[in-house]
Amino acid sequence: MILEARDLTASYGAFRALDGVSLAVDEGECVSIIGPNGAGKSTLINVLTGVLRPTGGSIRFKGRDIRGVGPVALARLGMARSFQLVHIFPDLTIIETLQAAVVSRLGRGTRLFASLAGDREVQAGALEVAELFGLADKRHALARHLAQGDKKLLDVASAFALRPEIILLDEPTSGVSTADKTAIMETLVAASRTIGLRAIVQVEHDMDIVFGYSDRIIALHEGKVLADGPPARIRADRHVVDIVIGRPRPPSPARVADA
Amino acid sequence: MTGRAMAGRAILAAAGLAALLVPLVAPAYYVLLMLPFMAYAVVLLGLNLLFGYTGLVSFGHALFIAVGAYAGAFLTTHTRLRSFEVMLVAAAGLGAAAAALVGALCVRHVKIYFGMLTLAFGMVFYTFLLKFYRLTGGDEGMRVLRPHLLGVDLDAMPKTDYLAGPYYYYCLAVLVLATLLMWRIVHSPFGLCLRTIRDNPAKAEALGLGVTRYRWHAFVISAVYAAVGGALLGPPTGNVDPTLAYWTQSGNIVFMTLLGGFASFFGPILGAFVFIFLQDLVMSVVPYWRLIFGAILAVIVIFAPGGLMGLFARARP
Repeated sequence: MILEARDLTASYGAFRALDGVSLAVDEGECVSIIGPNGAGKSTLINVLTGVLRPTGGSIRFKGRDIRGVGPVALARLGMARSFQLVHIFPDLTIIETLQAAVVSRLGRGTRLFASLAGDREVQAGALEVAELFGLADKRHALARHLAQGDKKLLDVASAFALRPEIILLDEPTSGVSTADKTAIMETLVAASRTIGLRAIVQVEHDMDIVFGYSDRIIALHEGKVLADGPPARIRADRHVVDIVIGRPRPPSPARVADA
Repeated sequence: MTGRAMAGRAILAAAGLAALLVPLVAPAYYVLLMLPFMAYAVVLLGLNLLFGYTGLVSFGHALFIAVGAYAGAFLTTHTRLRSFEVMLVAAAGLGAAAAALVGALCVRHVKIYFGMLTLAFGMVFYTFLLKFYRLTGGDEGMRVLRPHLLGVDLDAMPKTDYLAGPYYYYCLAVLVLATLLMWRIVHSPFGLCLRTIRDNPAKAEALGLGVTRYRWHAFVISAVYAAVGGALLGPPTGNVDPTLAYWTQSGNIVFMTLLGGFASFFGPILGAFVFIFLQDLVMSVVPYWRLIFGAILAVIVIFAPGGLMGLFARARP
């Protein structure tokens, strides 16, 4: 087990965003967290990645208590994340963004007088990730000039450039066209294999993506875990279908075939 | 190399050559005006590491200018030390020590809070210089005896010859050295990390970069530059006084940075140059130079937020 959380609670004032959430992520798993708006998905990711301190409960990463450790130390321990609202460095190019991640991973950020351009390991590491994510051709483009899909991809790619053991993705495909969504997920899966990622946790709204790419699904509702299990079981759970997935939408042929 | 980079190098080479020739061809008056320009250029290289590269606007950097200037003055008047090299090293060391302390308290805050805190520390130091007159000479300040350059005693030289000759070239050498060093810093892995923090601190943290620590490092380096620049300011006037630490001084250097353009490496140096010479020009025409400069500042902020360098970049697509 890589990541384990028990009885997590988190509050914004009187509002309980998380109310006793427990979950575990195993080696090799891709776990999707689903739930209606306000269910506590982003809060859960923020608590797991050390941005928010939980008001109660425990989180263990690789057997170590990581409550209140903070994002910087977690990144060093091998946990990376991407954000729901795309987080990029607007005035940095794609390759510079990836170089920053590699510099951080190699612990070279305090090299004041070394030449970045002359650091072969950093250059090669950044280029490798750019190629992995199909961003190599436009690597000298400024992040703020990129299309939304590419911004999203860059956010995720820079997290991958840390070569983490686990990655938490907060809606990796939100705000992206349906065609781009699948492309992003395919890239992600391929990149995970290449860098030897041990687990992925993602928050996702698109049910085609969720059921297409998850080993396990955790449904959240009002800060509590509604259901936790393999995709087939979640799809058969009337409760989850009612609250999270919704009924009106007829199943697509792909989903029928899948089932 | 692109055409733009080539043009940039040509301009830089021409500026360097002109700087070397100024004492030989220009009237002494203008040679002496170059001295504060070079001192401020060093200050601004440091300020812009914080402003342009890290995204923190300090309104209290006059504090470190004054620390550097007073360090030099103190050494020449209270000790027998006259070596300019020792003065510069002492200025840098004291600037770093002061910034390590002030920075530790300031860099946890950003935007207006950071700016106001630096302003507050600047005011505190100004008052210290004004009131602890036994140590600082109060509002009259302290004398700066003519420093020895590279161990050479130049006391016999007429003052203008000294300043427009050896002292000029010494300052130029310091400026060139400071520029090369800063060029390396901003093009290092460290420089890249600062830019990530400027653009998006939350994302930088998610990438494992300790934002506060980097900001603190940038703060200390920028203060060392300000202190060295401050030490260069003393000898031409032969006196240092508390106005060096006053908040308008901090405002002026932010203005110079905006004038030249904080988004460019050489922008602040250009800003210092234009500021010093424009100030001289305006003061010779009208007594209210601040009125004119206030208008210029407003025009820059509204119409040319990229400063002069931004205008050049726009003119050469």
